[in-house]
Amino acid sequence: MLDLGLDVLLKGKNLLRLLGGLWVALRISICSVAISLVLGTLLGVLWQRGNRLMQAGMWIYLEVIRIMPQLVLLFLVYFGTSRTFGWEISGEAASIIVFSLWGTAEMSDLVRGAITSIPKGQYEAAAALGLSEWQASRYVILPQAARRLLPLAINLVTRMVKTTSLVLMIGVVEVLKVAQQIIEANRMSSPNAAFGLYLVIFFLYFAVCAPVSRLAKRMEAKQAVG
Amino acid sequence: MIRVEHLVKTFSLPEQEVHAVRDISFSVARGEIFGVIGLSGAGKSTLVRCLNLLERPDSGEVWVDGKCLTKLKDRELEQERRKISMIFQGYNLLMQRSVLDNVSFPLEIAGLRKKQAREQALDFHRTVGLEEKAKAYPAQLSGGQRQRVAIARAIAARPKVILCDEATSALDPETTGTILKLLSRINREYGITIVLITHEMRVIEEICGSVAVLEKGQIVEMGAVAEVFAAPKTAAAKRLIVQRQREKELSGLAEVA
Repeated sequence: MLDLGLDVLLKGKNLLRLLGGLWVALRISICSVAISLVLGTLLGVLWQRGNRLMQAGMWIYLEVIRIMPQLVLLFLVYFGTSRTFGWEISGEAASIIVFSLWGTAEMSDLVRGAITSIPKGQYEAAAALGLSEWQASRYVILPQAARRLLPLAINLVTRMVKTTSLVLMIGVVEVLKVAQQIIEANRMSSPNAAFGLYLVIFFLYFAVCAPVSRLAKRMEAKQAVG
Repeated sequence: MIRVEHLVKTFSLPEQEVHAVRDISFSVARGEIFGVIGLSGAGKSTLVRCLNLLERPDSGEVWVDGKCLTKLKDRELEQERRKISMIFQGYNLLMQRSVLDNVSFPLEIAGLRKKQAREQALDFHRTVGLEEKAKAYPAQLSGGQRQRVAIARAIAARPKVILCDEATSALDPETTGTILKLLSRINREYGITIVLITHEMRVIEEICGSVAVLEKGQIVEMGAVAEVFAAPKTAAAKRLIVQRQREKELSGLAEVA
């Protein structure tokens, strides 16, 4: 049989270390996703309703974050701030900051888009029924926007989870980094381990992201019916 | 019931000023069905939206049921709007709520208990002939059925006035007929005053008592339907009548064929 060098996983605590690395990646994802969803929703609503200044500010924020590769942002926050301001932030904290900044920007754009996509007639009907502006938002506009938003938001979550693999570049020992370490340590005894381990990582990410994407698919299907 | 005085509404677009409504005055008696007809772009939609202040007029006054809406504060206006229901060309139902919820929801917002609201809503489903569709979702209904849900929602608030914004324009001729009959029944049974705007002569002919012909943001002719169309004075009214005549001939031909 083709030797994938998977036996290295059974050596010592390698498998546990790998899963530990996955947990680091997930921890960063979960924290950033939670922060992004909350802040992004708030900012999205403000963006949609805000004045010109607010809108211009949001637009600049979004464009800057989008144009910059996440890796550059990571370097900027991790290395840049420690040099310039003397901040000692851990790699994990820097990662959470960067991914939250990015996620919040993307999320707010999705929220704004979802709210803007609600037809004008819905606002008119709500007002004509004597609903106050707040009631119209609470009972008419936001529930409909939320439905449109859900699949998009879940898509963003999986993108964020995948992109956390970049954090190894600022010294955070997550799943990919652990794999590299294991491969390095066994370079002589199992030279094929690289292929096997990266394959394992592929399946680990798949196991995390696939259920989330499936959920998105199901929600989209449900939306098409309702 | 409704009195409009010197209403003016202008939209400022980047390229130009659009004078949608220029100095319009008219009044509608209690229990009347009042039609406003005009070609698209005549200012009908803006006019009807000014009646419940979905559009705030630049100047002029709107009086409904003894209150001057244009002088009310936001909160008071919300209260008054509950007496003025509105039906739209695009129905504007809540798509993710059942038909029953669409009708009972405004009642709950107005302060009724859920159970009561639902019972009343169901009553109004009977009025519009949709009781067996109460659990369906708007997406599962035809256009005519959706408009009946919108009508049930409109009358559930026990309004004094119903405004119809091209309520039948998206419907086929047959469905238009049933919706118009329903509206005129509601007008008779509940004594609700109806103001409708349309570009279809047929709608005016079938249910309106009085009519105003709108052209370029102004009323060019107004009076009882029979009088206006027996002796049209303006080119706009004449054009509408010729158009209707042609429609009738065409549908006559279709029946023969």
